[in-house]
Amino acid sequence: MLLINCPYCGSRPEPEFTHGGQAHIARPGDPANTTDDELLNFLYLRENPRGLFRERWRHARGCGRFFNAIRDTTTDFFVTTYKVGERPELPGGAS
Amino acid sequence: MRCRTTTGGRVNRAKKIQFTFDGRTYQGLEGDTVASALLSNGVHLLGRSFKYHRPRGILGAGAEEPNALITVIRDEARRTPNLRATQVEIYEGMTVVSQNRWPSLSFDLGAINSFFSPMLPAGFYNKTFMWPRSWWFKVYEPKIRAAAGLGVASTRPDPDRYAQQFAHCEVLVVGAGPAGLAAALTAAQSGARVILCDEQAEMGGSLLSERSAVVDGQPASDWVANAVEKLRANPRVRLLPRTTAFGYFPHNNIGLSERITDHLASPPAHLPRERLWQVRATEVILATGGIERPLIFPGNDRPGVMLASAARTYANRYGVRVGERIAVLAGCDVAFEAAVDLSAAGATIAVIADVRPAGSADGPGYASAKAAGLRILPNATALSVTGKLRVTGVQLGILGTDGVVVSGETVACDAIVTSGGYTPSVHLHSQSRGKLAFDSLLGAFIPAATAERTRSAGFSRGVTGLAAALQDGASVGAAAASATGFHTEVPGFSARALDSNLTGSPGALPQLPGSIPPAKAFVDFQNDVTTRDISLAQREGFESIEHIKRYTTTGMATDQGKTSGLNALGIVAEASNRPIAQVGLTTYRMPYTPVTFGAFAGPARGDQFDPVRRTPSHEWAVARGGVFEDVGNWKRTRYFPVGQEDMHAAVNRECLATRNSVGMFDASTLGKIEVVGKDAAEFLNRFYVNNWSNLGVNRSRYGILCRDDGFVYDDGVIVRLAEDRFHVTTTTGGAARVFNMMEDYLQTEWQDLSVWITSTSEQWSVVAVQGPKARDVLSKLTSDIDLSATALPHMGVTRGHIGGVPAILMRVSFTGELGFEVNVPAEYGADLWEAIYAAGKEFGITPYGTEAMHVLRAEKGYIIVGQDTDGTLTPDDAGVAWAIGKTKRDFIGKRGMDRAALKSASRKQLVGLQTEDPAVVLEEGAQIVLAPNQPIPFQMVGHVTSSYFSANLGRSIAMAAVAGGRAKMGETIYVAMPGGDIPVKVVSTVFYDPQGARLNV
Repeated sequence: MLLINCPYCGSRPEPEFTHGGQAHIARPGDPANTTDDELLNFLYLRENPRGLFRERWRHARGCGRFFNAIRDTTTDFFVTTYKVGERPELPGGAS
Repeated sequence: MRCRTTTGGRVNRAKKIQFTFDGRTYQGLEGDTVASALLSNGVHLLGRSFKYHRPRGILGAGAEEPNALITVIRDEARRTPNLRATQVEIYEGMTVVSQNRWPSLSFDLGAINSFFSPMLPAGFYNKTFMWPRSWWFKVYEPKIRAAAGLGVASTRPDPDRYAQQFAHCEVLVVGAGPAGLAAALTAAQSGARVILCDEQAEMGGSLLSERSAVVDGQPASDWVANAVEKLRANPRVRLLPRTTAFGYFPHNNIGLSERITDHLASPPAHLPRERLWQVRATEVILATGGIERPLIFPGNDRPGVMLASAARTYANRYGVRVGERIAVLAGCDVAFEAAVDLSAAGATIAVIADVRPAGSADGPGYASAKAAGLRILPNATALSVTGKLRVTGVQLGILGTDGVVVSGETVACDAIVTSGGYTPSVHLHSQSRGKLAFDSLLGAFIPAATAERTRSAGFSRGVTGLAAALQDGASVGAAAASATGFHTEVPGFSARALDSNLTGSPGALPQLPGSIPPAKAFVDFQNDVTTRDISLAQREGFESIEHIKRYTTTGMATDQGKTSGLNALGIVAEASNRPIAQVGLTTYRMPYTPVTFGAFAGPARGDQFDPVRRTPSHEWAVARGGVFEDVGNWKRTRYFPVGQEDMHAAVNRECLATRNSVGMFDASTLGKIEVVGKDAAEFLNRFYVNNWSNLGVNRSRYGILCRDDGFVYDDGVIVRLAEDRFHVTTTTGGAARVFNMMEDYLQTEWQDLSVWITSTSEQWSVVAVQGPKARDVLSKLTSDIDLSATALPHMGVTRGHIGGVPAILMRVSFTGELGFEVNVPAEYGADLWEAIYAAGKEFGITPYGTEAMHVLRAEKGYIIVGQDTDGTLTPDDAGVAWAIGKTKRDFIGKRGMDRAALKSASRKQLVGLQTEDPAVVLEEGAQIVLAPNQPIPFQMVGHVTSSYFSANLGRSIAMAAVAGGRAKMGETIYVAMPGGDIPVKVVSTVFYDPQGARLNV
């Protein structure tokens, strides 16, 4: 059972959270000018990296807020969590 | 108790305890385990092995025991199989039985497997039983399982209680041997909160088996007692004996299994049997010690062959001689210590056969054995063992200087104790994803880099010698406490012990040149894996230790290879000419020792397993014999039978009554969400496919919700209560996910909107009153609501009082009849239900359940999301495209459903089906084909989604998703069934009152 740092509440046990998939996928807001490829990317195509991954989490059984996290998929451990609208650098300076 | 020493040990000689083993009564002493008590009675034969049904005795004295698995029976419901006799404490009147034998332990017919053993090599199951494939589950596997097995659990419900507890501390110490006690003492004196757990009944670990060791000037046992007392007196320390740390989970979350009453003759009713602890520790100290390895030679599994450490423990701790004339096979210096202690306990040491070259042994153990005048034979090996149910002798071999073995003498004995060296117990470190490194000096793996805030101490990290272990424990304890902000000095400990070298060389003992051992030499006792199995696997090309493990099943039994792991590696390493470090290790998995299902389940059983949600009419329905169905966590009334009615009769009556007069239905389970804020309408515009801007206050509209891929996700009526306030209803099952989806879009996509949402599902009770007499019923219950069609038209909403209760009254219908849904605060729900029922009596008001609700809505072609849609239908496919707000710039799913493929005319579309024979009711889920009698495989074009018998229409009705269905109106297609294809006509989904005249009255 991981401890996850909710940016609003602090460190809480994993069962209070739900996972929300890859982070920073913007929803195309103008359907009339969205191409099929853009839609494809938005709806279906997701990264599955070995290593650091930006993903969405929600403190569902706590404050209810969505937030983002950088998690290492090889260790399951979180590098950091951050609020919607923020985008901290990955360790090592990659984006 | 003829094998009991006259003095010594930690058992209470004044307190005799009677218990039975396989029906025979034995006597033991307070402090005995089943193993030590049986050994004190000269009983070595405890079980039969898993595959070959070979007689097996006791190998170890603790958690490592692979052979002596027993079943303890308190009563028919309390029958615990597969317990290690070496860990089970005896109590007065205890019933113990052996396992995996028939008809009896000494004469077991299953042992015939042993004769067939040349045909049961590694991978045998995989090779032989693969064909025909369908026979594996039906024939082969059940037969193999019946022939090879473990104990049998009770089939009755477990009557015991299991507790679960969370705990937090700065320092968790696992293992209360010398290193663990020193670590706990040191961490505790820093002021940190400390939890110390140990799997044994008594704390002290290896110190409990010492005869002459001295710590801080006191005999070891006195020092242990003082240390435990000191810890117990500290209010910041929690001591957990009989508690196994079985799993290391992320972020220092450790699972502990505490056995509370299993050792008691009459467990008090107030105590749980076990308690599952989930400890979150800032720092973890693993002081888990080590496990001795057996030597591998032909016949090494015979009852009477035992680990030297175990024999020493039985002598020193329990006052039990494991034999009167003992042969010692020394692959490690510690065997000499054991020989001296066994001799002191009154046994004759027939020989100490040192399997290492002369001169290897020169430690203090060796010196004391020499001083005791014991006969030591170097360069020895064991070639075979005589005796079946108990050893009677061992044939030794001698390894010449040329490296060739020659036959040596045969030594008569009634026990053989062996030591192949010690393996540090790195299980928990490894579970925590810590790395391991091969220590060539020790000849074993020790902890290296850690992945958690964890430290190993004492022999579990390769520190040998009593004084060094104590000092290491103290240093690690201080460092761990310091890392949590509690600083303390490292105390000094002095100790005196023999401190034999614990190094050995893993692998099998050398045999006569060219000989394939005629008798089996066991590596993994519990899974009956021999040296030959491992060699065979290698010959067949398995190189990775992970593959060899799976192919031979070595290390895969309930003991997880505690005694066999490193030996298997040694054999593989030698045969493949690789150093052990390069062969690698298999993964250690939780649990360290088996944990009961009860402990994991805890209180979550029966009524406590899952919450039950009850509707306001629940008690009323129970009292009238209502039949319930589970819908999510809800208990919903499916139908209300009258007299001897079956479901069919009851549903027909309920449907007819509703259309002919009036029915009532508990609709409280619908999900309800209140959407509030200045942008509430704009939010719903973006969220649902419909247009909400033009919905007036006190009006309602049927809404469709899609996902962004354009497929229908949920539906429900939405009421505008005020300019900035909407009452959204969802499907019963969709309430939580729709709410979560709203939160998601509000928080992450549309932060520009000023909207708050609140789940109000539990705040409102809803009674649907449906039928031509609905208005008459409600008018009796209200004086402040105008129910006329002009004041309250279809989809209109008003407020007032119903039955004296404040209510929101919605004129909505899921039946196609004149209908109302009365919403009142939840606490009035049961009263409202009774009031409406009483007011409706003169009209013959009929409560109906979910089954009639389904029939009534299907007669009108109203869809149920999740039944008529399955996540692959667009609003157009489902026939509700009329709901889409065509002028909206964006809404969820707008772009998704605009894809070319989703607009194809050949997509599956919802249509009605009519059977030729009105009495035939189709099967929901049945597949649809365009023509009968096609060659297999048939071309499937859809499936039946809803199907009922309609009493109002006097015939069956059905809905189906059919490819290009709407273009096939009037055509005959076929529903494929095992009894033959059923011809059906494609019709409109609206079977009843297609003009909707009955709604607008």
